[in-house]
Amino acid sequence: MLQSIILSGLAIGSIYALIGVTYNVMFSASRVFSFTAGTLGMLGGVLGSLFITRYGMPIAIGFLLVLIGGAIFGIITEILAVRPVLRSIEQHLYVLSTLALALMVQQLAAIEWGTDARPFPRLLDLARGDFDQQYWLPMLACIAVIVGLELLYRHTIIGHAFLAIAEDAYAARALGLPERRLRMASFALAGAIGALAGFAGGELLLAFFGNAPMLTFYGFIPVALGGMGNNRGAVAAGLLLGLFQQAANFEVGGIFASVAVFAVFIIVLLVRPEGLSGGALQRRV
Amino acid sequence: MSTPAAQLTPSRANLLGTSSAWSAALPFLVLLAFGLAFPLFGGGYWGVIATRACVYWVLVSGLNLVVGFAGQIAIGWVALLTLGAYTTSVLVAGTVTPELSPYVALAIAAVAGALFGLIIGLPALRLRTFYFAITTLGFATIVTQIALAWGSVTGGGVGVAGPVFPWPFDSQWGFYYFCFGLAAICTWMTANIASSRFGRALTAIRDAEVAAEACGIAKPGLLIAVFLFSGAVAGIAGGLFATLQTYITPDAFTLDLSVLFFIAILIGGRGSILGPLLGTMLLTVLPEFAAPLVAWSTFLYAVLLLVIVLVIPGGIAELLDFKNRRPLETHRAILPRPELLQHLFGSMPQGSALTLKEVALSFGGVRAIDGLDLAIHPGQVHGLIGPNGSGKTTTLNVISGYYAQQHGVVSLNGAALPLFVRHRRAHMRIARTFQTPRIVGAASVLENVMIGGTIDGAGTFAESLLSLPRHRRDEATLREAAMLALATVGLERLAGVRADRLQHSELRFTEIARALMLRPAFLLLDEPAAGLSPDEITRLGALIVAIAKAGTGVLLVEHHADLIFDICHHVTVLNLGKTLAAGTPAQIRSHREVVNAYLGG
Repeated sequence: MLQSIILSGLAIGSIYALIGVTYNVMFSASRVFSFTAGTLGMLGGVLGSLFITRYGMPIAIGFLLVLIGGAIFGIITEILAVRPVLRSIEQHLYVLSTLALALMVQQLAAIEWGTDARPFPRLLDLARGDFDQQYWLPMLACIAVIVGLELLYRHTIIGHAFLAIAEDAYAARALGLPERRLRMASFALAGAIGALAGFAGGELLLAFFGNAPMLTFYGFIPVALGGMGNNRGAVAAGLLLGLFQQAANFEVGGIFASVAVFAVFIIVLLVRPEGLSGGALQRRV
Repeated sequence: MSTPAAQLTPSRANLLGTSSAWSAALPFLVLLAFGLAFPLFGGGYWGVIATRACVYWVLVSGLNLVVGFAGQIAIGWVALLTLGAYTTSVLVAGTVTPELSPYVALAIAAVAGALFGLIIGLPALRLRTFYFAITTLGFATIVTQIALAWGSVTGGGVGVAGPVFPWPFDSQWGFYYFCFGLAAICTWMTANIASSRFGRALTAIRDAEVAAEACGIAKPGLLIAVFLFSGAVAGIAGGLFATLQTYITPDAFTLDLSVLFFIAILIGGRGSILGPLLGTMLLTVLPEFAAPLVAWSTFLYAVLLLVIVLVIPGGIAELLDFKNRRPLETHRAILPRPELLQHLFGSMPQGSALTLKEVALSFGGVRAIDGLDLAIHPGQVHGLIGPNGSGKTTTLNVISGYYAQQHGVVSLNGAALPLFVRHRRAHMRIARTFQTPRIVGAASVLENVMIGGTIDGAGTFAESLLSLPRHRRDEATLREAAMLALATVGLERLAGVRADRLQHSELRFTEIARALMLRPAFLLLDEPAAGLSPDEITRLGALIVAIAKAGTGVLLVEHHADLIFDICHHVTVLNLGKTLAAGTPAQIRSHREVVNAYLGG
């Protein structure tokens, strides 16, 4: 039992962590938390099942299309919901505009795909075992994304540009960096990561429109606890969250597990609103 | 011959009050008549829709104070509807308790709703916007899950029958009138709050939180009251919803419903009662006009939300705000009447000086203030000048509690001012203005100035809800004082105008009027002359002199050296957080270092 708690905990935790990273990549580029993060995860599952199971595409092609779909939705988010409100005096409009977009896509999925959870195809032709692909695929995806992002940020010129924007968008623009294009690229990247999370975790979460608000909520917990924009913190907090949730699931049952997770989240946030890793207060006057 | 104040304020204030009150009430009276007469022309299914609109509005009216007025992004309010519905149904069904009367059950649902409204709302006191939005979303998902899992009480997926109210509310129209009556009461109560000092304080928290604190508005207490009220009406709405549905299952409480409530408010417009009311009616009725729309309704709400956010952030309320579409005069001069100050201030209690002793504060490695001594005396203008970054505004922020000094003491009448507790400064009659005016753009100029007098009200939140005499007295006094303050700074002709239509210089004088509402013992002015024309600066100077003459100690941070030397009794020159020179204007003007470093030969 302990083994299955750890396995499923790490697997679910990896998905949460990836959604957390999705939030962070968008946040770094724009200082905006987008409600579309969980929607991207949902799209990964639904589109994967649509392309592979319903349309019968080869898995590799389907996977590629899912990533492209996520990236496109990311870019749409930037154009429709983020760019128009960034310059607005009213700073919190982004919450509403991204919420609107997330709801639109979620409803579209509910209407066109249906409101039932549908099966997600088995990606690899391997025998089922204790350490099944449905567990290690999300973990692998999480590791790949983290390593990939570290390499991108540290060793490529575009990665440095991303960091510059995240540090100080104003100064970066003054240096002549194409802030708008970099922001779009970040949202495309975040879109692909979010879709990957849903795709890799498809077998666990199924292709279900209701995953959108669920992932939006549980994916934000790693961000809040790990510190905004801190990917390593998000992964650590995401894995912890997954383990805690699964342990509570096994010990006290599903509902009280959600309540426990929620209670812990609220309490931690109330005690440390800036996250476990800390952060600076904003200058207000 | 009466005094100038008597000439001006009572008549004008009353005129403004009553005429605008009537034109504001008119749409509500029309809706009231329409609602009362509705059974005459709508039948059967339309009765259900109308009842549903009333039930939704009972909830939305309370949520409107949270979202529309306080600006808290509470998405998951369906959680409270669920709670209210199950509480009422289960108590009436008597599965776990003895069977209760529906009215008692509804009252218990209101109490439970208030309690949980507070629990859901409390994180808003500490968390930023998006965090709070997410926690309310979390609540909404979890409550439905609990309803599903707690089968022994809630009936699980099978559900439970909704309560039936006894005669005369057991028929369709009987129940409609019951809901309509409650909806009307909720409209009345929230409209009372909206036009009270609490409503104005909420919008101040929403749009100008820093200024709200400087006016002595304590966010926690106010938000707690709002969450309690909003939760209570949501609980009641839940009970009514259960009766309307006749049978409830967890499926009935989808997030779509939450979205409807939330979007109704934003479509209606923030800071309005009429707008969200029309928004709720619109969203309830809209899907009924075409059957295929039902499946797409939430999608359409979301599209509407995006359009509203991007195109008309003011919502329906802004579209209906005809009064503020009339063009303003283009050449408006601000003509302060400092002689009115004595009427505004009355007799001021005499205090002693506000002193800073060896105050020091650094940000990281930067010493913003480095051992500063300063004394501001009642009745005097104290100028604080120095180059950019010399610590002028930081000094002001330390006095008003936005920064806590790491060393030294700020004391008033010999007692040290507590660190941080900003809103207490207003109670000590320390008022301030800001370098960039902090104004509630969507409120009228008069309302903005009335915000300055928030702490002088005597009535409680509950008294304002019910429009009891103390509330009405507060309003009359505040309105009169605010008109007087506006006349003093020369803006009384713009009292009814939305503040975001004003010119920059008018906003500066509006801030001064708001600060005067405190009858301040000390007034801290942060570059009040920035952006003003030479004429306006002269009038500002005369006004500041008059304020000091009336007994207030003024600390004036300014770059306009002429203004400083014309009106100050005492000048302190800062450089790199330290006092470079201090003395009378004449002494400073001839101080060699100051002239070299700052004033220029």
